Amino acid sequence: MKKTGAEIFIDCLKKLGVKHIFGYPGGVVLNIFDVLYDDKDLKLILTRHEQGAVHAADGYARSTGKPGVVLVTSGPGATNTVTGIATASMDSIPLVVFSGQVSTMLIGNDAFQEADIVGITRPCTKYNYLIKDVNDLSHIIREAFHIATTGRPGPVLVDLPKDVTSNKASPLCSDEVKVRSYNPTYEGNKWMIRRAALEIEKSKKPVIIAGGGVILSDASAELKTLAEVAGIPVTMTLMGLGAFPGSNKLSLGMPGMHGTYYANKAIQESDLLIAIGMRFDDRVTGKIAAFAPHAKIVHIDIDPTSIRKNVRVDIPIVGDAGRIMRDLNKAIQKETKKQWNEVRKAWLKQINTWKKQYPLSYTYSDEVIKPQFVVEKIYEITKGNAIISTEVGQNQMWAAQFFKYDKPRSLLTSGGLGTMGYGFPAAIGAQLANPNRTVIDIAGDGSIQMNIQELATAVIYKLPVKVAILNNHFLGMVRQWQELFFRERYSYSNLDVVPDFVKVAEAYGAVGLRATKPDEVEPVIKESLKVKKPVFMDFVVDWKEKVYPMVPAGAAIDEMLFEEKEGKKEKKKLKAVK
Amino acid sequence: MRHTISVLVENKFGVLSRVSGLFSGRGYNIESLSVGETTDPQISTMTVVTRGDDRIIEQITKQLNKLIDVIKVVDLVEVDHVEREMILIKVAPKQENKAEVLRLAEIFRGRIVDSSQRTYTVEITGDEKKIEAFIELMRPIGIKELVRTGRVAMAREGVKPK
Ligand SMILES: Cc1ncc(C[n+]2csc(CCOP(=O)(O)OP(=O)(O)O)c2C)c(N)n1
Repeated sequence: MKKTGAEIFIDCLKKLGVKHIFGYPGGVVLNIFDVLYDDKDLKLILTRHEQGAVHAADGYARSTGKPGVVLVTSGPGATNTVTGIATASMDSIPLVVFSGQVSTMLIGNDAFQEADIVGITRPCTKYNYLIKDVNDLSHIIREAFHIATTGRPGPVLVDLPKDVTSNKASPLCSDEVKVRSYNPTYEGNKWMIRRAALEIEKSKKPVIIAGGGVILSDASAELKTLAEVAGIPVTMTLMGLGAFPGSNKLSLGMPGMHGTYYANKAIQESDLLIAIGMRFDDRVTGKIAAFAPHAKIVHIDIDPTSIRKNVRVDIPIVGDAGRIMRDLNKAIQKETKKQWNEVRKAWLKQINTWKKQYPLSYTYSDEVIKPQFVVEKIYEITKGNAIISTEVGQNQMWAAQFFKYDKPRSLLTSGGLGTMGYGFPAAIGAQLANPNRTVIDIAGDGSIQMNIQELATAVIYKLPVKVAILNNHFLGMVRQWQELFFRERYSYSNLDVVPDFVKVAEAYGAVGLRATKPDEVEPVIKESLKVKKPVFMDFVVDWKEKVYPMVPAGAAIDEMLFEEKEGKKEKKKLKAVK
Repeated sequence: MRHTISVLVENKFGVLSRVSGLFSGRGYNIESLSVGETTDPQISTMTVVTRGDDRIIEQITKQLNKLIDVIKVVDLVEVDHVEREMILIKVAPKQENKAEVLRLAEIFRGRIVDSSQRTYTVEITGDEKKIEAFIELMRPIGIKELVRTGRVAMAREGVKPK
């Protein structure tokens, strides 16, 4: 019996194991929404903005490893997804976004609510489709999921003209997907792996830089084995935080612009850099010409274009991070019998000296709330057992510095695109996928206003996400740059009027809490965790606070600026992070 | 250095803009691009002439390979190959130069494909040097219009990439 495109669409998603779609309706997708109306197994989470839907699907995907699914209407519905798609694309997050489109015979006529979304998203999707015939629907849906989730993952968009959803076809759903021109490499070259193993054996000062690829490949166990067996310290890029336990003594925290001194120093001094599932972003490398000058570089990545794009590479290994590390671990254990700890002793001791010399720190005050203190308290109170999402700006960097991520998929942050407004909807998506976990968005007062409407979504679906707003009444990171590099000319970075976030929360039926003094921080966090509702925590923090250490743009990563200690004012004490 | 890259692609809707978008989006230049079906109507060949140092060319070939619709990429600099381009050139010679045009066209194994009272349209096929040489010879005579197909290229049989 033939079925309509809309029915085939829903059947296919269910066969593929989809439980939740994030979306928003409109004219051309009403056929699909009509089928969804009666469906008991497939739930649509109605966000309040299509951008929110995509970020929520992204948070769902990052926190679970499963693809996030989005359904929106044509024209403005579709264009509203672009920032979300680009965010996922930069961070290699598997999403399948279905956009409605005007009927095939109207395409190209500037029809009402027509947008060439396939053209618009071509550079920010892994692949995209315009379906012109209902008979292609089921295999394209399968192909879209296949492409989104394999190789280097990424967002795929499928444009669905209205008539394709109403026309009928036999619902043949083949399980087999084969795209002749798409064959990602998973197995690493054996010879290169052997060479890497030999270099590890020879090296006196090795460092691993782990990126988001380790998390995407679910390869944390392999990474831990590699690091611990061979005694190699590990630094993690923003996207890689959690790939290796942040509280492990081999962890160096994050490298780069706002990374730790000891991570940057270790990279600069190392004789062997093992980069895994990372792409040498400029925020990590600083001045390329001065980056890791003494190191041989082993680069493991599933995407050949990442290799030698920014830095020279001595041993490139293309493939899946987990499989390659498994092979590498075998090669190391087989070929080297030395006592690694003995060999690495001097190096690890040197690193510990750097750690003691310049730990991550800030100046505590018991008069004003320091934003770092809030993040530290969240870490303490949740015992590190929470899913943290972030917005972008200072909040993001403090969340990366002062919370130690011990498990993969516990930090959701827009690394590549740096999208303000990402964290809150991402937290909502993650909470839906992880109903029993604590999910906290660490936010700035600027960023939270970019998708604040999603509070309605959190309330209606009873998703008790917590938002910790580090409220400095400024676009803090912009202000920081203006203070340091533009003679304190705060051009358009003062937010002047910030809404009363407690009242905003209450207006939506959520809970609002406020802390203005350091001793109120802990009670507010604890209270928020008790409440089974979404909570906005408004932390009124010291607006003058800056993210340190900092590598000025264009400098080498060991040329770091540190916090200037303001004389010796009483009550201020340097507080090191344990 | 200039490279001629031959790209085998799925003959799908939008594939040309995926390839050209890759070049424009990443700031690589295209000196010429020609596209046509192969014997298999589902597959097309694109011949792209581009320029860049080794690092850029390596990125270009990798990025092309990464496109889902790309089946195969060959940088022809690395293999023995033949290259051809065709031009149509319309010249308006003075009376005393008319014979010269015909003579040069013959030397270059070109063909007069059209003529009017005042103009000749000449078709020339060849490698880049030959084409450039002919254009230079026509310049003083008076070129009215010039169109080029862009380069097409093919690896010689039995020659494997280095
Ligand atoms: C959508 C978007 N617009 C602009 C920027 C540029 N930008 C980066 S950080 C920042 C300030 C963020 O302010 P806020 O959210 O208050 O966070 P804070 O830095 O104060 O923690 C801006 C405007 C961006 N990253 N994203």
